Amino acid sequence: MTSLSSALPARVAPEGRLVARHSAVVRVCHWVNAVSFVVLLMSGMQIFNASPLLTWAQTTNFERPFFSLSARHDDDGNATAGLTTIFGHSFNTTGVFGASRGDDGSLEERGFPSWATLPSYQDLAMGRRWHFFFAWILVLNGLVYFANLILSRHIRELWPSLADLKAIPHAIVEHVRLRFPSGDEALHYNVLQKLAYLSVVIAFPLLILAGLTMSPAVDAAFPWLLTLFHGRQAARSVHFLLAAYLVLFLIVHLVMVVLSGPINNMRSMITGRYRIKEGQR
Amino acid sequence: MSGEPLIRPAQAPLTRRKLLIGLGVGAAAAPLSACSFDTGGPTALNILEKAEALTKAAQRAFLGPATAMAPEFPPGAISAYFKPNGSVDPEDPEYVALRQGGFKDWKLEVGGLVERPMKLSLADLRALPSRSQITRHDCVEGWSCIGQWKGAPLSSVLSAAGLKPQARYIAFFCADTLEETLDNTGRYYETIGLIDAFHPQTILAYEMNYAPLKVGHGAPLRLRVERQLGYKMAKYIMRIEAIDDFAKISRGRGGFWEDRGYEWYAGI
Repeated sequence: MTSLSSALPARVAPEGRLVARHSAVVRVCHWVNAVSFVVLLMSGMQIFNASPLLTWAQTTNFERPFFSLSARHDDDGNATAGLTTIFGHSFNTTGVFGASRGDDGSLEERGFPSWATLPSYQDLAMGRRWHFFFAWILVLNGLVYFANLILSRHIRELWPSLADLKAIPHAIVEHVRLRFPSGDEALHYNVLQKLAYLSVVIAFPLLILAGLTMSPAVDAAFPWLLTLFHGRQAARSVHFLLAAYLVLFLIVHLVMVVLSGPINNMRSMITGRYRIKEGQR
Repeated sequence: MSGEPLIRPAQAPLTRRKLLIGLGVGAAAAPLSACSFDTGGPTALNILEKAEALTKAAQRAFLGPATAMAPEFPPGAISAYFKPNGSVDPEDPEYVALRQGGFKDWKLEVGGLVERPMKLSLADLRALPSRSQITRHDCVEGWSCIGQWKGAPLSSVLSAAGLKPQARYIAFFCADTLEETLDNTGRYYETIGLIDAFHPQTILAYEMNYAPLKVGHGAPLRLRVERQLGYKMAKYIMRIEAIDDFAKISRGRGGFWEDRGYEWYAGI
């Protein structure tokens, strides 16, 4: 292992030098996590659809959820509109949230639409099977990642310094202008990357803990989890909101991958090698 | 920056690493490719079901003693509205007749692998030592309600009947038909293991929220298994049997919802 300062050009190419960027452990963990996350997200939306509302505290407040996906019906009971309700304010989200088209083309009451859920049709039992199988993969994969994070001191690459934090305004301006670091500067995560990746590294364990708090058997053994999340339904809401945060992260992550050189970025997360362009700034 | 490298010089072609990645991603995606996403056919279910055994083993191993108690709550925490679910008003003629008679003719049969088969009336059950508990009910759909339950510990009924050594599960056969089928497999039933059957909070409840159990919640008698999800807690119980295996009952997976794809071990 060599230090950053001594990172040597492996081969001189016209476009710049290729350096090894991500370790094998990080790359494997990244892709296992990516697949697991997509399956967990889609099966999670299937599970959410069985009771498409969120409340705080221990029990469900069916009357006043702070978030719900519901449908309006006509006199025959057919869905006529999909509604997303947040803190008592309803928005018409027909076709996507609350009510969407089924296989036969008719509007059906359904929290998340069929294209977003796993399985696509309403099947809570299969949704749970998918969810818990991939939850195990995510957790075991996460244990490998965290062991590596600590043992290889990779955590220090993610932890922002005081100087980093002071540079936040500058980093935001640079990002807005879509000017990305080149040369040796591209060898380090910038402060926004550090904060974004660190938030994900924190969000996943919290999300898993909130998920476990929904288990009545886990609650019997570790009642402090209920105190931590302020009740089972609050834990369910935290689980959902953290998943939503991770979706937001994923969108930004994918946009940044594309904007800052998709081929180079993909190569570095698959083979580990990243091309450094010199002296453009 | 730290001395540890985020970035290391590139080395020889990383074929072994590529292989590892391929294996890692491939293993994660295997259930995806082994079957179609949506049919969720037998292949998918067979693979995905493996997680249930892992969950059960992990919960048994890591969750402390088999007698760890589910949280109990003060009376003020009782939900104003407790959602009835599944059957809420069974139309099975036998049940309707019992209900119309105020359950005076109802008797709980206790049989199967027991030394002393019994028939217990509601009065018999009420005469047994009772346990009252205010617990949270977690439905597999995701919602929770808190209610007060009072009933006879299942352990005292089983001890009175005397389990034979071969007994491994307790089966509950119910009065309600939740799905109309030609072969009567739509009749509700459930099975639980002996660890849960003898848990102190596992009771045969005849009272809810300080009143006799209502029809919507399983009158005259329902099961409470506080460390599992709601569908394990059979309502409208008619007969309890100690069994060694549930493969021959109904569709063989240990319960009405289990027969329809849900986990037998409903601890999460």
